Amino acid sequence: MKTQTINKKQEVAVKTERISGSEAVVRSLIAEGVDILYGYPGGAIMPVYDELFKFQDKIHHVLTRHEQGAAHAAQGYARISGKVGVAMATSGPGATNLITGIADAQIDSTPLVCITGQVFSHLLGSDAFQETDIVGISTPVTKWNCQVTKSEDIPAAIAKAFYIAKSGRPGPVLVDITKDAQVSELDFKYEKCKGVRSYMPVPKTNPEHIKAAAALINNAKKPMIVWGQGVILGQAEEELKAVIEKAGIPAAWTILGASALPTSHPLNIGMVGMHGNYAPNKLTNECDVLIAIGMRFDDRVTGDLSRYAKQAKIIHFDIDPAEINKNVQTDVAVLGNSKESLAMLLDAINTNSHELWLQEFKDLYAIEFEKVINNDINPTKEGLTMGEVLKQINIESKGHAAIVSDVGQHQMIACRYAEFTTTKSNITSGGLGTMGFALPAAIGAKMAAPNREVVAIIGDGGFQMNIQELGTIFQQKTAVKVVVLNNEFLGMVRQWQQLFFDRRYASTEMTNPNFIAIAEGYYIKARKVTKREELAEAIKEMIASKESYFLEVCVEKEDNVFPMIPSGASVSDVRLS
Amino acid sequence: MNEEIKSFTISIYTENNIGLLNRISAIFQRRHINIESLTTSQSEIDGVNRFVIVVNITEEKASKIVKQIEKQVETIRAYYHTEDQTIFTESCMFKIKSDLLFNEPQIQNIIKESYARIVTVNREFFVLEKSGRRNEIESLRRDLNAFGIMQFVRSGRIAVTKDQMKITELLTAFNNQ
Repeated sequence: MKTQTINKKQEVAVKTERISGSEAVVRSLIAEGVDILYGYPGGAIMPVYDELFKFQDKIHHVLTRHEQGAAHAAQGYARISGKVGVAMATSGPGATNLITGIADAQIDSTPLVCITGQVFSHLLGSDAFQETDIVGISTPVTKWNCQVTKSEDIPAAIAKAFYIAKSGRPGPVLVDITKDAQVSELDFKYEKCKGVRSYMPVPKTNPEHIKAAAALINNAKKPMIVWGQGVILGQAEEELKAVIEKAGIPAAWTILGASALPTSHPLNIGMVGMHGNYAPNKLTNECDVLIAIGMRFDDRVTGDLSRYAKQAKIIHFDIDPAEINKNVQTDVAVLGNSKESLAMLLDAINTNSHELWLQEFKDLYAIEFEKVINNDINPTKEGLTMGEVLKQINIESKGHAAIVSDVGQHQMIACRYAEFTTTKSNITSGGLGTMGFALPAAIGAKMAAPNREVVAIIGDGGFQMNIQELGTIFQQKTAVKVVVLNNEFLGMVRQWQQLFFDRRYASTEMTNPNFIAIAEGYYIKARKVTKREELAEAIKEMIASKESYFLEVCVEKEDNVFPMIPSGASVSDVRLS
Repeated sequence: MNEEIKSFTISIYTENNIGLLNRISAIFQRRHINIESLTTSQSEIDGVNRFVIVVNITEEKASKIVKQIEKQVETIRAYYHTEDQTIFTESCMFKIKSDLLFNEPQIQNIIKESYARIVTVNREFFVLEKSGRRNEIESLRRDLNAFGIMQFVRSGRIAVTKDQMKITELLTAFNNQ
């Protein structure tokens, strides 16, 4: 046996010897630095699970209670760690259950490697037991995928998968491995993938485009920045802050960009989009230069495109050439990694301030505070609001918690009111809007950052979509804090029904079970809050807990989230009530 | 960008990998764009395949689609061209009863005037092959239809561009990145 050493820890991964395909899968994962993976075993992936049993000291396998939970947990892990999340499932239903998580990761640019077992290669296409064409099914929602039918192709396929998942604009990849490839032998040798012909992950930044962008910024009277997750993925938080501060530009964020700049930063003007802040939405249609950084002009951000920032020169920084002019025509496009391009921009821009322009944001914020925010976080009416729950979490966590939110009204409230001091603290399903995301994603997030407080904010609807993952929390002893904001409604749909469907609450009212009993059934400490006077103490107890904790807060049934840009309306038409 | 719907030829240079056809066709399907014709074959470079896809869309859509295609990991480069910017042709075959060849002298004239080629003749049928523009093929089909066509098949468009596409340079750039 010949040993090619990378380092002592990974030595096992690169030993050149004759091993089974399934062992090659595990050793390849170890070589990529994987020490945790989420999954669910089944017939077509059993050989790999058998090998995992052998390598338990190197890779911790987390048995989720559903494959969708595995994919979301891997997403949560990836989003907070910046590493590749790994999920594994068997063929057929196991593989298809991963699809929602994969689609979510695709639209939110989350690096995932999903490994699925497949039937024996001689059975492919024969409708064999638990056979699905998972490569075909996953094609539109993966950055890349492949099927491996020979054991000797396993190491290279996994190496390529990791390289593609994490490089450039990250995304999910899927490697489907037939059972015969898992059980047959190969001469194992692992080499990390350093490049793929025909794939240029990071386009080169053109200095001329930086010059053109800087010229527009230096001459702008009312510049405005909207940044997205590209800043976090590019690890460009410091560069963004430096650019904003040097040029004195008010900067707003998309949901996935949240936490890249501390909430309290004086130039942080809040969230854009359908339930974003009043000022940045309204003033999008008054700025003279709009600088988009690592964001993709999602329709939830832009509203009616024909009335979006038409008066402004548009500068778009992005790593993905396909995003340029996709939705909004740009005047200057700067391709490249945000860390490098923002550093170049910093050198080219003048020191400036735009006090009068910034004051316009502050004035509109004051209006929003009086009409919306104050009522949300300091309510005087009887029913508990979602906003005051977030306010108490901020107080107890001092803004250091990572907030993992599900999808719905509570998500918008969480993103609006959570105070972030640290980057990678807002983990939510942005593009796909996947209910059921938060509970498993919080498990992954907590495992990636065990020293951080991880609080999942979930609605009663989304909670029940993956409620079974309480079992994973219990078994793994993951100290996730789970807050269910229970309004006994599918709140966001109900809000739309109220505003746009004459209060016809078609199938949105939920008769909920005893959540406390369910949580306690999983041996998780649980508490229910129905009155304001109990709230602060309950959240204090939750944050102080060293173990997982379930808190149900019964909030007002028919509370709405404002501001709001009605679907298809212009950002200028943002409503405060 | 011109909003008029036109015929565009999309040329895509790719790696020769399983599943790529599915990935590329899904890009059109997702945007509800009908593919008029699609051919794929080896290109002038060993190990590099070329797709030629014809679609009727606006130039703006063509430009966005090409970017989405280029985004696929195994796509080397994609281009879109108008008909003026390409030299293109299609191929077709007709299977016709052999007795018509001898009993209908007009068929022989049609074959001669259309520059079609007889591929094979046997007692039951003969096979004609014709390459050219779509209208030439359609014209021949109309003429032969009057006598009865046993089988007809037409290929997708194949096209070369008048401009250079410099794929070899691109591959060198990829290798040196």
